[in-house]
Amino acid sequence: MADMWVTMGPQHPFSHGLWTLKVRVDGEVVKDAIPVIGYLHRGWEKECENRTYPLIIPMADRLCYSASMTWSHVYCKVVEEAMGIELSDRAKYLRVVADEICRLQSHLMWLAAMGTDLGNLTVFLWALREREFFLDLNVKLCGQRLTTNYPRLGGVRNDMPYFFERDCMRAVNRFEKVLWEIIGLTDESSIFLSRMRDVGVISRKDAANYGLTGPTMRGCGVDFDVRRDDPYCNYDLLDWEVPVCKEGDAYARYKVRIEEMFQSCEIIRQAMAKLDSIPKTDPIRVKAPRNVPAGTHFARVEDPRGESLMYLVSDGTDRPYRLKVRSPIFVNVSASKHLVQGVRIADIPAIMGTIDMCLGETDR
Amino acid sequence: MAYNSILDWVKFTDPMTSSGYPYGDVYNLPYDIGYKIWELISGLIAWLIDLIVPGNEVSTFLTETPLLTNLLSITLMVVVIFAVGFIVNLTMIWEERKVLGRMMDRRATRVGPLGYFQNLADGLKTFLKENITPSSADKKGYMWALTILIGTSVLLAFMIPLSGRWFIVDYRTGLLILFGLFAIAPFMILVAGWSQNNKYTLLGGMRAAAQMISYEVPMLIIFASVALMAGSLNINDIVNAQHEYMWYIIPQFLGFIVFIIAAIAEAERIPFDLPEAEAELVEGWQTEYSGMK
Repeated sequence: MADMWVTMGPQHPFSHGLWTLKVRVDGEVVKDAIPVIGYLHRGWEKECENRTYPLIIPMADRLCYSASMTWSHVYCKVVEEAMGIELSDRAKYLRVVADEICRLQSHLMWLAAMGTDLGNLTVFLWALREREFFLDLNVKLCGQRLTTNYPRLGGVRNDMPYFFERDCMRAVNRFEKVLWEIIGLTDESSIFLSRMRDVGVISRKDAANYGLTGPTMRGCGVDFDVRRDDPYCNYDLLDWEVPVCKEGDAYARYKVRIEEMFQSCEIIRQAMAKLDSIPKTDPIRVKAPRNVPAGTHFARVEDPRGESLMYLVSDGTDRPYRLKVRSPIFVNVSASKHLVQGVRIADIPAIMGTIDMCLGETDR
Repeated sequence: MAYNSILDWVKFTDPMTSSGYPYGDVYNLPYDIGYKIWELISGLIAWLIDLIVPGNEVSTFLTETPLLTNLLSITLMVVVIFAVGFIVNLTMIWEERKVLGRMMDRRATRVGPLGYFQNLADGLKTFLKENITPSSADKKGYMWALTILIGTSVLLAFMIPLSGRWFIVDYRTGLLILFGLFAIAPFMILVAGWSQNNKYTLLGGMRAAAQMISYEVPMLIIFASVALMAGSLNINDIVNAQHEYMWYIIPQFLGFIVFIIAAIAEAERIPFDLPEAEAELVEGWQTEYSGMK
């Protein structure tokens, strides 16, 4: 059979958003692939140039619906660095807690999507069931399920509500047990293992050349995590580990994400203990000036999907001159041609599922 | 004979004693059920007519004519068989959905008592859907491939003898006919996938054809072993041989397991859902079929 181009997307069960993967197939074997993105381009960066600094925080939430907390965090971080504001300890740990809750629910969303990609609806429903507990925590802490709008320039919006610590600990302790049930559905299923192992292999060197970040990079043996190696928000004062796998296949990326969920639980537990020791009088928010002094700054945080970075050029007014977003998925998806080279069509959902696509931040 | 009460009209006699019994001296349960239902209906009608016009001819014609009783008993018997098949089918789907819902921690079916009518509601919804034929599709292949596919499947059901004397085909090589009908399905799926002029359906159709043909080989071997044990290719003979000896599931237990696996593969259920492949090929070869198709 002659080669043919199959256009997978933009409305396709595997794409998890609006993007297209054009694959050249010879029968069932994939020879070539071209990712096509840009269906969701909203002019986000240009829109930011017309808004004052505080007004951009809710917009940063909309970059990615399931990692909204980290995106507004990275925006606040870059502006705070430009303003030269140092956060109080209490605000830092509150941001840590909110970030890790966001990471947990984002990874659970990914696990659910992974389940449907492989035809396992039980994983989908169980993972989404557990995700609800963390969305409830989001509601208690931030008042919203997904687009949290929680960080402010110079701190966070509000302190923890009453009983939040108790609820948070309950959810985390319960989740650490229940996650093993979900792992039992995946890791003990030979179908799951045979579909995930040895597909979409990328080497350490290729990963570096493509600029992959996040679990995709840690899945092929690169031991790098922004939270540990470029610490922010007192992450260096907490005791946790960065999960790394050497294989570089889809299963390694899956294992890294699962292990990250356990580590997030550990981080939440320690951050809560630290919050206990900080007096309630510690301010959660420092007053931020209206204008930002002229200059260029960048800040990065560890997104659930990789390294999210914002580059700010300010000209001394109350609006940014330029705000550039470095999206982890925009970079990671460029490796899709390398990842799907030589695999079968049936492996494409399993491989691209482990990239954890989010189109809001990719197209901006 | 005095017809005083309703019990005189509805007699519930043994069908084998009636003069029009078509099966000789063999008892036939479906016919018996159809016969009893017809006796009830005709008896009620005759009793009502007799109440209004006592001593008329119509009442006795309804209950006493052997040809009429015979014809309507057979018709009712077919209706009963279809109804039983339909209800069994509906119940099995309902049961599967309920078990799946319990496993996945969600509500499975909600319409009607215990959600039993959910399948009927879903079917009704599908009937109300618009029928769309892709403009670039090959119309003849698009329509007829599916018709032939369903047709051969239904024909397969008619090859099964329902009782000792109730069957449609009694032929020396019935098993071969069955297998011939069986072999049409993969080609029709291939044609269906091809005619829709869509790359997903083409790939899905190829996969389906490849999978079904490859799983027909173990199935053929199992069928052959059953035929060898019975010493006949006639399906009725095979059934009768099991009646005399024992169910072939016991000596052929390994074959039974292989058959179940091959049957699941033929039906394209998980884990043999490669041709449907929801994640990568949308719906496999059925992608462009809309509405009740």
